[in-house]
Amino acid sequence: MTQTPERAATSTSGGARIVDFLDAVQRKVQERASTLPTVAALIIFVAMIVYGEIAYGRIVQFSTLSNLLINNAHLVILAVGLTFVILTGGIDLSVGAIIAFSSVAGVMLSNAGWNPYVVILLMILIGSAMGLASGILIQYFNVQPFIATLAMMFLARGLASMLSTVPERLGDDSAIRAFATQWKIIDGPKVNDLVVTPGVLIAAIVVAIGFFVLHRTRTGRTVYAIGGSEQSAELMGLPVHVTKLWIYVISGTLAGIASVVYTSRLGIAQNITGIGWELDAIAAVVIGGTLLTGGAGYVLGSVVGALVLGLMNVLITRDGGIRPEMTTIITGSILFIFVMLQRGVIGRGR
Amino acid sequence: MVEAVAPAVEMVGMSLRFPGVHALDHVDFTLRSGEVHALMGENGAGKSTLIKVLTGAYPADDGELRVQGARRDFSSIAEAQAAGISAVYQDVDLCGNLSIAENVMLGNEVRSWRGIDWRRTRERAHATLSELGLSSLDLRTRLSDLSPAVQQLVAIGRATVVHPRVLVLDEPTSSLDDREVAMLFAVIRRLRDSGVAILFVSHFLEQVFAISDRMTILRNGRNVGVHPTHALDRAEVISIMMGKDLSTLRRLGSERVVHRREPAGLPVLRAEDLGRRGVFEPTKLELHRGEVVGFAGLRGSGRTELARLLTGVDRADSGETWIRDEPVVISTPRTALRHRIAFTAENRREEGVIGELSVRKNITLSLQALRGWTRPLSRRERDDIVERFIEELGIVPADPSVLVKNLSGGNQQKVLLARWLAVRPRVLVLDEPTRGMDISAKVDIQAHVAQLAAEGVSIVFISSEFEEVLRLSDRIVVVKDRRKIGEISNGPGLSVDSIVELIAADAGED
Repeated sequence: MTQTPERAATSTSGGARIVDFLDAVQRKVQERASTLPTVAALIIFVAMIVYGEIAYGRIVQFSTLSNLLINNAHLVILAVGLTFVILTGGIDLSVGAIIAFSSVAGVMLSNAGWNPYVVILLMILIGSAMGLASGILIQYFNVQPFIATLAMMFLARGLASMLSTVPERLGDDSAIRAFATQWKIIDGPKVNDLVVTPGVLIAAIVVAIGFFVLHRTRTGRTVYAIGGSEQSAELMGLPVHVTKLWIYVISGTLAGIASVVYTSRLGIAQNITGIGWELDAIAAVVIGGTLLTGGAGYVLGSVVGALVLGLMNVLITRDGGIRPEMTTIITGSILFIFVMLQRGVIGRGR
Repeated sequence: MVEAVAPAVEMVGMSLRFPGVHALDHVDFTLRSGEVHALMGENGAGKSTLIKVLTGAYPADDGELRVQGARRDFSSIAEAQAAGISAVYQDVDLCGNLSIAENVMLGNEVRSWRGIDWRRTRERAHATLSELGLSSLDLRTRLSDLSPAVQQLVAIGRATVVHPRVLVLDEPTSSLDDREVAMLFAVIRRLRDSGVAILFVSHFLEQVFAISDRMTILRNGRNVGVHPTHALDRAEVISIMMGKDLSTLRRLGSERVVHRREPAGLPVLRAEDLGRRGVFEPTKLELHRGEVVGFAGLRGSGRTELARLLTGVDRADSGETWIRDEPVVISTPRTALRHRIAFTAENRREEGVIGELSVRKNITLSLQALRGWTRPLSRRERDDIVERFIEELGIVPADPSVLVKNLSGGNQQKVLLARWLAVRPRVLVLDEPTRGMDISAKVDIQAHVAQLAAEGVSIVFISSEFEEVLRLSDRIVVVKDRRKIGEISNGPGLSVDSIVELIAADAGED
């Protein structure tokens, strides 16, 4: 209605058609506003690949992409866990420290002759237990997620340091290393092979399960509802308390799994492993289009976010001219742009 | 013997205590299938508490709840829902970040072995909304993109998706306009005719009379009457809600005749078309120097809302305001303060005094805010002001360093009054300044109000006690259903009854 006079003013039929088209685009964008940041992340990822290929070459090839996945499998797993947490409007700062504690403990137990499968299970359960502790603090003692997980972060880091302050090397014959076995899928020329490790497969499975839970189970819908309005979710009779507890258990468990994947690849565990990884994972989730205030976002977006971060490191290494110290500044800039983009989307939605 | 059909809901001796309050005091309550039952009462009468007990949000201390004849003890909202009790609350309680379909089906999604089946889930959402005559809605629209009215209808859709036997509607019309209310009523009637028991809670008297079959009236946590709606008239309902029988109301005459004066000259504050959508209908108001204007109306009728719009506590979305002949925009309490318009809120503990601060700091708070932090009060000035008001108002204990939270309600109110008097207000709006006070404290406050008016302050006086309003006011603005329905000049002929009649007679001229 309100647009009719304007349209009359630009009365040529061509002008009207353009206005119509713009209207349609605007409507589409508004309908799908919450997917916009995720789409933007995907576009940036593709743009980075194209730029890298043109500027440095040897990006779009099996070996580079395989390495990208292998080197960032643990980050993808962490990002999936944090997607759950952030979707509810919470935060989990403990995941990096959990990896340190879990991996140091795992390597030491393994070297002490424990059954590797028991060790792997324990490494994962350490994460679950820490997540459960955070969840209980948050849900039943009404501690803010930031503080509760910060406490768990210090606790886990401290426990890791108590176990050992020197790099612990995993025995070469340990079964844990099996997770880093390189399976050649496609044998390319020279070293240009498509390679997959069990670690990458695990990450893929985690992503698939995360997607299923969030979009195809009632638990997942409750996660989104809590992010929209916790009070409303409660009044609707949704199991808010249990779900919030689960969220942190999931995040902790995935940190444990990430720890197994990472340790098997590197073969070394140290108490200072994983410092700042929680922030990398949060950055991946935000770049992937999940709102920090909760309620909107996608697991697949977080995967793209993690890969954007990983690819950025590759490009900086390839460039050679950019000092590695710049990495964090670039990460920060990308993060900033995405948060501004989200602001825009929220602003329009309200 | 005929076996009667068990009522949808039956409460016997339901009791619930909060610290210091008997929120529900042995309430018996029956809700039948296929009726619209109105729950009436002033704010604080226990309506919301009764609803919360029924929907499982609060556990009752004592008493029995039977649903469809079976004894129940809900410990969570989910349990009550499983027993067929759904509720729609006053502030739309859905998730704005999700789509219509997702909101309607949250927690009731159709599932198969592959998890939630979105196609069938959406089909069921569509079917549910169609039953309510809402088939035109686009299920993929985000809830926050809808108007409050449509959100409210979607909330009802969500409540009916489980085919409840009992549907609780708590103030469902507070954000709707007339056309939307009609739409909602059509939906309610359709549900009632299909056998759902509907509990309807609303401050809007006319709507209650339009839609309900029976009503239960609560006062101070007690059930004070169950009646078929057609057997009561509006004046009777009001008198039961207020706890005054009609003859008493009639006998009480106006006691204030002496200090009455005709408003003359330019009003101190004049507002035209002041209002806010869904809060108060645009209205005209004039306040003269040295005049006491009373706002009379039931609790929840919009008295407080009007006062808040007038003083910038809530922002008006229509209207213009003048101070004398100068147009002003009063959009925040701060600008109001700059124009020397002061407002004391109804719940003085939460929105008035600051309990953790001393009497001295509480009194000088607004004056200091008005001066700004660059011009602090000197210690001498401050002590002078504080001592003067403690003495003038008779604040006990007369110790400026005592924490306000340790004072009695009456003295807290005096501290609040002193705070605003310290800024020498032109207009002073007092919302329920005597609530919860004993009679001597009340008289004390009333005397101060009369005194202030004599000194030239223009005063708005709001109270649930019509006698009090009558005793003090020169003019009375009568408010009902979020509208000003009339203005009366006080005089010898006026009684509490006149106001009640005025409220009862008004049938909503739409």
